[in-house]
Amino acid sequence: MLRYVIRRLVVIPVMLVGISLLSFLAIHLAPGGPISVAADLNPKATAEYRERMVRYYGLDQPLHVQYGRWLVRMSTLDFGPSFAPDGRQVSDKIKERIPVTLTINVLSMGLIFLVAIPIGIYSAVRKDSWFDRISTVTVFTGFAVPTFWLALLLMILFGVKLGWLPISGLVSLEHDSLSLAGRFWDRARHLLLPVLLAGFGGLAGMSRYMRSNMLEVIRQDYIAAAKAKGLGERQVVLRHATRNALLPVITILGLSVPDLLGGAVIFETIFAIPGMGQLFYQGVMARDVPLVMGILVIGAFLTLIGNLLADVGYALADPRIRTG
Amino acid sequence: MTGGDGTVLSLTDIFKHFPVRRSFFSRETLRVHAIDGVSLAVPAGKTVGLVGESGCGKTTLGRVALRLVEPDSGKILFLGQDITALAGEEMRRTRKMMQIIFQDPYSSLNPRMRVGDIVGEGWLVHGIAGSREIRELAERLLLRVGLSADAADKYPHEFSGGQRQRIGIARAISLSPKLVVADEPVSSLDVSVQAQILNLLKDIQEEYGMAYLFVSHDLRVIRHMSETVAVMYLGKLMEVSPAEEFFGNPLHPYTRSLLAAVPMLGGAPREKIVLRGEIPSPVSPPPGCRFHTRCFMARKLCEEVCPPLREAAPGRMAACHFV
Repeated sequence: MLRYVIRRLVVIPVMLVGISLLSFLAIHLAPGGPISVAADLNPKATAEYRERMVRYYGLDQPLHVQYGRWLVRMSTLDFGPSFAPDGRQVSDKIKERIPVTLTINVLSMGLIFLVAIPIGIYSAVRKDSWFDRISTVTVFTGFAVPTFWLALLLMILFGVKLGWLPISGLVSLEHDSLSLAGRFWDRARHLLLPVLLAGFGGLAGMSRYMRSNMLEVIRQDYIAAAKAKGLGERQVVLRHATRNALLPVITILGLSVPDLLGGAVIFETIFAIPGMGQLFYQGVMARDVPLVMGILVIGAFLTLIGNLLADVGYALADPRIRTG
Repeated sequence: MTGGDGTVLSLTDIFKHFPVRRSFFSRETLRVHAIDGVSLAVPAGKTVGLVGESGCGKTTLGRVALRLVEPDSGKILFLGQDITALAGEEMRRTRKMMQIIFQDPYSSLNPRMRVGDIVGEGWLVHGIAGSREIRELAERLLLRVGLSADAADKYPHEFSGGQRQRIGIARAISLSPKLVVADEPVSSLDVSVQAQILNLLKDIQEEYGMAYLFVSHDLRVIRHMSETVAVMYLGKLMEVSPAEEFFGNPLHPYTRSLLAAVPMLGGAPREKIVLRGEIPSPVSPPPGCRFHTRCFMARKLCEEVCPPLREAAPGRMAACHFV
């Protein structure tokens, strides 16, 4: 087991280099460049100014030299300064934003777990019941509805029409003047819609996945055996069936990390939440190469770690892998 | 502890139909006639062999007997008690005395439980032993079925098919049941292992004195195991006879065709009967006698009237108009 983990850990840097190379090429293949806003779209910019900018950012070098320099710096976790006018370090920018995104993602994962898994179990155990049918239809509707559209609808309903929830940002203007409980409540209100929407797609998928796992497990003979031993239905479902049906879910959880990060770009932009998704969106729009690269590498790293944790978790939970 | 007449299990007029839904929106219309009015008794300490082609309902009947599948109608008497509608705590207590051995040694053991826990869970559930004693009891039982004591600490995937079937047997006998439904217990094993498992089942029956409802499609296995043989075809019983007479002088034309199909070395030359056609679909079984579409003795009457299972010779039952 330890050797397996070490082997996987060794591969991670190699994967990261590959991912970063592809990302780097993709950025440079995309139309527009980091200086197009400052130079190309500015009628007053002279050729000399443009020349100076290009040299300043090192864009006059061949691509492989640019990438090589970036890679050397990255190996010391230095992503360099952002191309944005403020010129701050990319790592600082990411550092101050990553907690927001992680918080929302962890909360929405918790939500997915708490809601989707019981729904999946119950609709499998009571297959073809009214509950199962209604949840099936709801889930497929959930699959079909684009999250950004649903987000806008919910903003209109709860934010504008009913006025129950704030529609953007993380905190209210008067946040600092509130009591401790008040601040908590303020934040919770701001987080409610984003967390709900971040988890929405996963909720639909996970409950469906859990249902089919459960149906698969329930028809196994050892479930009948458990019943024959005289266990009650609750014990059969929870002790024997659910534990086996939950196994594959661990893998899905690891695989869902990139989805959550990708989703963050959309809902953070919609809700004006100062997280990594919004930062990424702004970086892409401004062709801020160091910033985009930095976020991509961190996203890739989180994804690889997520997958590794999922595989290790699976191995720990499944005796067939543990000893085999 | 048996019914008045020495039977552990007595099934009366059991029906079980499974609805088949064609699509998400359609209402159930088709029904698979898995069991269509079956009555069968299993005497205490004896073995009743239930034989039939695949899909004839024999596995379902075994599960209905233990109420792992609920019958649509009919009555299940177990140790003289009507358990057809027994629920909750009472049913769970009854389960202690009725166990099952499955066909597939792979899907029948929970992959995430240690063998000791699989075998011993029944004792915990029924409060027979605490978690500390279970370990020792499980080891003793595993030794009894021919495994080593340290098997208790292992997981099912570490064993072969035959060994897993031994674990399944240990689980089934752990509660000293009065009735064990053995659902094709050797069908998925190699022939050499089959014999070992069958002998183990016989030895254990002698030791514990339980009755078997032994389900199989293999007539040789049935012959080796059973005192009584029941033949099932498309959800109905065709013949119920003591084993000796069953194999020596089969009554029902279906039974005769089945026995004619068993390959055997030496012995007296037997009649040659070739079954015509395929087994009809249990979704729309033929009217009249279920077997008339393939029967070499079929006449007009068979297409219209379903023959009841009746005493055709002393101590023998057959469902045919002409025997």
